[in-house]
Amino acid sequence: MSASPRRARSAGWPLGPRPLPIGTDLPVLLPHAAALARRVAHERGLGNSLARLQARHGWFLFVALLCAVGYAQAQAPAGHPPIVATIWKWTPLLAKGFAFNIAISALAMAVGTLLGTFLGLAQISRAAPVRGTSWFATHFFRNAPWLVLLFYCMFLLPFKITVFGVTVPLPDWVKATFGLSLPVMANVSEIVRGAVQSIPTGQWESAASFAFTRRQTLWMIILPQCVKRMLPPWMNLYSILTVGTVLASVVGVSEVMTLAGDILASENRAELLMPFYFYILVWFFLYCYPIARWTVYLERKYAVNF
Amino acid sequence: MRRRSGAPEQPIISVKDIHKSFGAVEVLKGVSLEIAKGEVACIIGPSGAGKSTILRCINGLVPIDSGSIRVAQFQVEKLKADRDIIALRKEVSIVFQQYNLYPHKTALANVMMAPLYVLKEDPKEVEARAIELLAKVRLQEKAQSYPGELSGGQQQRVAIARALAMRPEIILFDEVTAALDPETVKEVLLTIRELAEEGMTCLLVTHEMGFAREVADYMYFTDGGVIVEQGPPAEFFARPQHERTRAFLSQIL
Repeated sequence: MSASPRRARSAGWPLGPRPLPIGTDLPVLLPHAAALARRVAHERGLGNSLARLQARHGWFLFVALLCAVGYAQAQAPAGHPPIVATIWKWTPLLAKGFAFNIAISALAMAVGTLLGTFLGLAQISRAAPVRGTSWFATHFFRNAPWLVLLFYCMFLLPFKITVFGVTVPLPDWVKATFGLSLPVMANVSEIVRGAVQSIPTGQWESAASFAFTRRQTLWMIILPQCVKRMLPPWMNLYSILTVGTVLASVVGVSEVMTLAGDILASENRAELLMPFYFYILVWFFLYCYPIARWTVYLERKYAVNF
Repeated sequence: MRRRSGAPEQPIISVKDIHKSFGAVEVLKGVSLEIAKGEVACIIGPSGAGKSTILRCINGLVPIDSGSIRVAQFQVEKLKADRDIIALRKEVSIVFQQYNLYPHKTALANVMMAPLYVLKEDPKEVEARAIELLAKVRLQEKAQSYPGELSGGQQQRVAIARALAMRPEIILFDEVTAALDPETVKEVLLTIRELAEEGMTCLLVTHEMGFAREVADYMYFTDGGVIVEQGPPAEFFARPQHERTRAFLSQIL
């Protein structure tokens, strides 16, 4: 996939690859149409795992939670407060931690989207060095393990930055957010590039024939058409990121998983382990499920047929 | 206006011996043609003959490998600066087979966009003229419709209105009816005929032989990247000189 955009570009048409099998009015391009169609199919399927979340998955989790609670209750030694009461007692604290997860995910998403949009546009730049560098950055951060990126940010970023005499502290959660925003950036970059290149070449051509500059074409004609196509994979990426925020617990940010660990340590009751983690899983499901359904809805609504 | 044969005295388009390759495929192998102001010329030929490429070379969408193209005051192959290419494209509009309307804009906005943002004209004037042009292609009631809500023929007429909005000297039509069903072909051809009668310089790539015979001042037949035969339509269709032309016409007519 990495080399295919460039190969396709040099093969026939100077304005970029034509990604659609039908509708090419230049017969010389026909041999490339099949290969390009396959790429489009690949790009449309870009990271679709969480969009497949269904209601029955939620019911399954809920039943598993009930079983875990029942099992734990049966195992609990006499004299301990009931499991459900214990979970309920700690719910406000867990909610606080969960809110922190949401905050980190939202912030990482915002930062990643901003950086990723520029990186994605750089990937379709006409200057080869810009294109090459951004392509490398995209694929480096897209394929690097999230946890490794997180550790790098934790240990390589200073705990404070001094600019012009003003010292800005960099608490762990800021570093973690930045660390999580890197893979988001890389994925957004690919979403932007994929969307721009999935717009039929005819749009570029007709814009060029009306003497729009490249910048005008991109901002007034191409990108507005991309927004619809980018929305479903972007939302899907957000779901994945939200689930991924628990990684921050490994580097000591007090989000929901860290707090759960602290709670379990302070309660010091082995039977609480299973119900607590299933409980958190249900929370994540409740947050991600509506996003997944909405993503599927948007995908259907904006399904493009040419 | 109709020329008998040979070159017009003052061509507005003058293409001389152009060559163009896409990778290993040489699509144009020395094409020359000349079109006078106000003339309607048709290019016909089998698929893959390089017809669409000729049109794209004329307005600079596809750079040529060798040869020369002169359009009005522009030496097309020498235009390098964006400013000059833009100046050329203001004079030469193109209408595509696939319409290529902007799907996120209404018909009216489609027509208005280029004059507004490229020519930077007054929005009120542009809107008034866009409404006029939509009326001209008999689509004034569809001004607020999006391309997706229009039929193929209607989209193609919006595309023609959009091309006219630039007030070009020349319009290139690239198989504009090839993607349409026979019923809607008529309405599009009617629009083109009106333009031709008003004296617009038109270069058409078409498979509509009947239409070409009626409306064209001059015919070109291309095959294998060269112009095989040319002439005024009466002679061209009645007495084709080359075997290849005869074979092609006999299959189509």
